[in-house]
Amino acid sequence: MNRKLIAMAATLACAFTGAAQAQISDGIVKIGVLNDMSGVYSDITGQGSVTAAKMAVEDYLKASKSALKVEVVGADHQNKPDVGSNITRQWYDADKVDMVVDVPTSSVALAVSQISKEKGKIHVNTGGATSDLTGKSCNANTIHWLYDTYMLANGTGKAIVKNGGNTWFFLTADYAFGQALERDTEAVVVKNGGKVLGKVRTPFPTQDFSSFLLQAQASKAKIIGLANAGGDTTNSIKQAYEFGITKGGQNLAGLLVFLPDVHALGLEKAQGLLLTETFYWDLNDGTRAWSKRFAAANGGKYPSMNHAGVYASVIHYLKAVDAAKTDDGTKVTAQMKTLPTDDVLFGKGTIRQDGRKLHPAYLFEVKKPSESKGPYDYYKLMATIPADEAFRPLSESDCPLVKK
Amino acid sequence: MEIFGIPSQALFGQLLIGLINGSFYALLSLGLAVIFGLLNIINFTHGAQYMLGAFVAYLGLSKLGLNYWVALVVTPVLVGATGVVIERTMLSRLYKLDHLYGLLLTFGLALIIQGLFRNEFGSSGMPYPVPEVFQGVFNLGFMFLPKYRAWVIVASVVVCFSTWYVIERTKLGAYLRAATENPSLVQAFGINVPRMITLTYGFGVGLAALAGVMAAPIYQVNPMMGVDIIIVVFAVVVIGGMGSIMGAILTGFGLGLVEGLTKVFYPEASNTVIFVIMAIVLLIKPAGLFGTQK
Repeated sequence: MNRKLIAMAATLACAFTGAAQAQISDGIVKIGVLNDMSGVYSDITGQGSVTAAKMAVEDYLKASKSALKVEVVGADHQNKPDVGSNITRQWYDADKVDMVVDVPTSSVALAVSQISKEKGKIHVNTGGATSDLTGKSCNANTIHWLYDTYMLANGTGKAIVKNGGNTWFFLTADYAFGQALERDTEAVVVKNGGKVLGKVRTPFPTQDFSSFLLQAQASKAKIIGLANAGGDTTNSIKQAYEFGITKGGQNLAGLLVFLPDVHALGLEKAQGLLLTETFYWDLNDGTRAWSKRFAAANGGKYPSMNHAGVYASVIHYLKAVDAAKTDDGTKVTAQMKTLPTDDVLFGKGTIRQDGRKLHPAYLFEVKKPSESKGPYDYYKLMATIPADEAFRPLSESDCPLVKK
Repeated sequence: MEIFGIPSQALFGQLLIGLINGSFYALLSLGLAVIFGLLNIINFTHGAQYMLGAFVAYLGLSKLGLNYWVALVVTPVLVGATGVVIERTMLSRLYKLDHLYGLLLTFGLALIIQGLFRNEFGSSGMPYPVPEVFQGVFNLGFMFLPKYRAWVIVASVVVCFSTWYVIERTKLGAYLRAATENPSLVQAFGINVPRMITLTYGFGVGLAALAGVMAAPIYQVNPMMGVDIIIVVFAVVVIGGMGSIMGAILTGFGLGLVEGLTKVFYPEASNTVIFVIMAIVLLIKPAGLFGTQK
């Protein structure tokens, strides 16, 4: 009885406060950071993403003097779609979470995107790679912020083929992400006049790649494309080095390599690797200053591109909530697409109608040990791919939201 | 010459690689089999102890400058000593209870150890260089064999068969086997059975740590490196026959080969093939290939 009374009083109180407040469900904007907190992707995302989200909330509230009340929660999806779906449902149904951010592992990302649509909430994906999130599986409640398989293929794949790497063999992680990355890269390779000599689907995760590497070696392809990520990538690079594959004239293409991976491998083994990212801490004064702050809050570890993506996308989300004066998922998603984006990490940008966030991508080469000044000084910028060329053009999109 | 559409030379390479992975399976399953055979404890901490071995080697190198060879000797002793502490303070209280209690305790310990290391070192792992003498490759004609991997096979075979010899063919081994059959009778002959059991556990754990040191230059030194391998190794022990020393060794190498072949003919199944074999073996021979029905 008492509880009911309090609830009624609270509802009444809310009804009489400012109009802007009344549109925020239960008065609090709640952001859920869902990612891999304990497995192969936990250095790339993990607790660091929660830290980035909290920094974003703090910075936004301070800069905008917004009256929003914002809360950040985090959870571990263990890279399993069923676990991720359960947490998301629990968050939306019981814990009053309004937005889910991050979500590496494409299979989980696709599931969370679908649930967000069902429940009228919003999913801003920064961790996942599959281009299907803004392709055939796109919806009006999902934004794909950071990168995708099309962009990776377009960046690294194209650069390598243009430099003479025209025969490929793929080592592909056998799940949604790896298959999407392989498909998109193969398309780029073929389009630019290259040829795919073979591919092998490796179980996820795999410890020992030597057997697959020997198959790649036997194919005599000039380029061994690693359509995998995290521990799979570091293990395959390490073992390719061990078996003398790189010395034998074949080159590796790391199709998705993050800064923490290079840190874990060491420059001795990673040097010369070409890779594409949309963020690196040493790009300009803004990214350097932010990265130093982030590292201080993250036990000295520098940010991965995902951490930067979570920070920037949370800021833009809060802007949109303030502008739309509501935290209704569908409306905020629409608002996010209307508002131009602007932050210290990715600069000015836009979000397209299919949910794709546009910003430049950078082709990097991993430095030689002699070129590096110390920990985290790992990348040489080889080329900047402008925002309108980096991602899949709308004309090629199979997203149902795109009117043709 | 081609075998099933694969050039025979490529096939030899794949078999050799299977054998290398088999070396790790054999070393790890040997430790498990020794512990189960003599203590009746299903040691789920084995994977974490394998990881500890790699980490002690890594920390020794990066903090104290101890090289690979020192690590190879010191690490099993150190990690084995932690095993002795675990056996004395915890496991020894469980011998009279059902297997399940030992399993739960060791499983919990594994989660705690792995969690602590992940918290401290992150999930990407640490690099560990291949020792100077083993850098480079042997050109076998049909493939390049990294020298370090060749060493792994040799070392693993030597360790496995010496262990088998000690347990099955020496007086000390006879005491051990007798003590597990009938502890009170052996004690009556004036042999300190509890101490022998403690040292056996320490030895089994030391084997896991040794495998960890040997794995460090091949894989990343990673807090989770023992999680996946321990499941496979359990399957190996079950297929070989719980507690059978020779069974564990031969099955370890054998399944490494089978897995290697699967990676050529149907890679998608390479991480399930061992469990399929386990299911088949359990249906036909529930005690395992080399086990005896009690």
